[in-house]
Amino acid sequence: MEKRARFRSRWLPYALIAPQLAITIVFFFLPASQALYQSLLVQDAFGTNTQFVWFENFQALFHDEDYLRSFRVTAVFSVLVAGIGLSVSLVLAVFADRVLRGAAVYKTLLIWPYAVAPAVAAILWLFLFNPTLGVVAHWLKGLGIPWDPLLDGRDALIMVVIAAVWKQVSYNFLFFLAGLQSIPKSLIEAAAIDGAGPVRRFATIVFPLLSPTTFFLLVVNIVYAFFDTFAIIDAATSGGPAQATQILVYKVYADGFKGLDLGGSAAQSVVLMAIVVLLTFVQFRYVERKVQY
Amino acid sequence: MSGPATSQDTDTRMTGWRIPGLVLMQLLPRTWRKSRREGMIENRPVLTFVSHVVLAVGIAIVALPVYITFVASTLAVDEVLQAPMPLIPGTHLVENYGKVLGQGVSSNVTSAPVGRMMLNSLITALVIAFGKIAISLLSAFAIVYFRFPLRGLAFWMIFVTLMLPVEVRILPTYKVVSDLGMLDTYAGLTLPLIASATATFLFRQFFLTIPDELAEAARIDGAGPMRFFFDVVVPLSRPNIAALFVILFIYGWNQYLWPLLVTTDESMYTTVIGIKRMIAGGDAATEWNLVMATAMLAMLPPALVVLLMQKWFVKGLVDSEK
Repeated sequence: MEKRARFRSRWLPYALIAPQLAITIVFFFLPASQALYQSLLVQDAFGTNTQFVWFENFQALFHDEDYLRSFRVTAVFSVLVAGIGLSVSLVLAVFADRVLRGAAVYKTLLIWPYAVAPAVAAILWLFLFNPTLGVVAHWLKGLGIPWDPLLDGRDALIMVVIAAVWKQVSYNFLFFLAGLQSIPKSLIEAAAIDGAGPVRRFATIVFPLLSPTTFFLLVVNIVYAFFDTFAIIDAATSGGPAQATQILVYKVYADGFKGLDLGGSAAQSVVLMAIVVLLTFVQFRYVERKVQY
Repeated sequence: MSGPATSQDTDTRMTGWRIPGLVLMQLLPRTWRKSRREGMIENRPVLTFVSHVVLAVGIAIVALPVYITFVASTLAVDEVLQAPMPLIPGTHLVENYGKVLGQGVSSNVTSAPVGRMMLNSLITALVIAFGKIAISLLSAFAIVYFRFPLRGLAFWMIFVTLMLPVEVRILPTYKVVSDLGMLDTYAGLTLPLIASATATFLFRQFFLTIPDELAEAARIDGAGPMRFFFDVVVPLSRPNIAALFVILFIYGWNQYLWPLLVTTDESMYTTVIGIKRMIAGGDAATEWNLVMATAMLAMLPPALVVLLMQKWFVKGLVDSEK
């Protein structure tokens, strides 16, 4: 789409766009190209000895058991976060859509976790699940369930999944609710007149019509689980215990800043960039036009 | 979007439950409409009751961590450490919050007062929000209202940034900021996060819907582009600016990885980073009551922004994902 009415000036458009371009180049293109270049180098921790190695870093990466393990952790983590997050929010949205009285209050009470910083969410749940003083850990102990996210990898993963889902529920809820409310009521009424009960109506009409929203949210949630959960992982578990919660984006940071393996970390960045590009492509290509807000 | 009618309909519904005072007014016709609609389907009191129960349980679970956090922030340190801690608020609220705000948590690591951290967070969030809005308004204006060589390239350069979150290019970005001597400064905290395509994209989409007649009229009246920008474009964009502000304020306030890297000086910590540093010493050394008071303080401003500007918040969320 183009404007017919335009202004004319030789220099003004450049002046207007300059601040954004300057920041984009300095803090975006420069670092990103450096990451690309760095990923082809091997460098010692002090930067005194650098060697150009083509794709050796990538080869090493995909032969590195730790990295492959991090891939698996990320896969499990994002499937759990997206799956649980979407199901819980869908249930809440479906019931909120039904309710006549107090709907506004319910919505208000469900959307505020969006405002909580992921790192703070992590610390809240870390406190609840703390094996010695956590309230929820105490309840679990009362039920005879052994619980120690500081030592047990599975418990730690459950804890970060819960924190990540908790933080994302409000977002999913809002979009599901908007999706539900945009379904024409005449369709539902027609089905009701034909004798379909609420469960049948949901399964055959509401859910299929909601599928664009669901697919959109699925992509958003995967992106969220891949990248935005860094703070949750770092604040709650630091990738531990024994790398059980070390997702890919955390490993870039751990290897680069703590391990000082610059080439390896940069190669991991490049792999992540490729994943983002892929996800963005999927989102734009298949989701964009079909979503009904 | 499936069509103008539906989108407007959704819009009314989405924004129908915004500010508490207006809710009642809005609810009257809606309730009537809805109940009539519902009546045409069927009336199932049991299902309605179940709906309320499910929603109440959902809200209770969602609120549980914050409630426990609040209770912990009102207890004395030995009360928090006894397992299980009490589940009703204690008597140390004023004392804990006063101590945290004024002096900070000093048990294991010396920590700056949280009041100072909140000021840092506020400055960071405001600079990021207004900075992004300002540079995006300008660049979107240039892209939509001018035709100039390299316009396509500039457009592309801005929009490709959509694809690379700061998390995947942290190391080189850190190096750039450190080379520029911007570690432990507000510029270092905010500038790298100001470059983002979302806002530019949003304003571009909006500018394209401004009728051409306005720009033509302005031109005929002899108004220059900047006059048109400030007198017509910016006022018309106000709803979009408000919506973006809410989202960007939360985004800026809640930043984690970036401030973690560029701040080493306690007096430059943001609140979120401050909390993380407070628990670094392990269980025994952590004054959880004070940490939890800090957590409450870290949640308060963005939560207030969401609740008070609910209408803009929802608009911002929906817009920025388009």
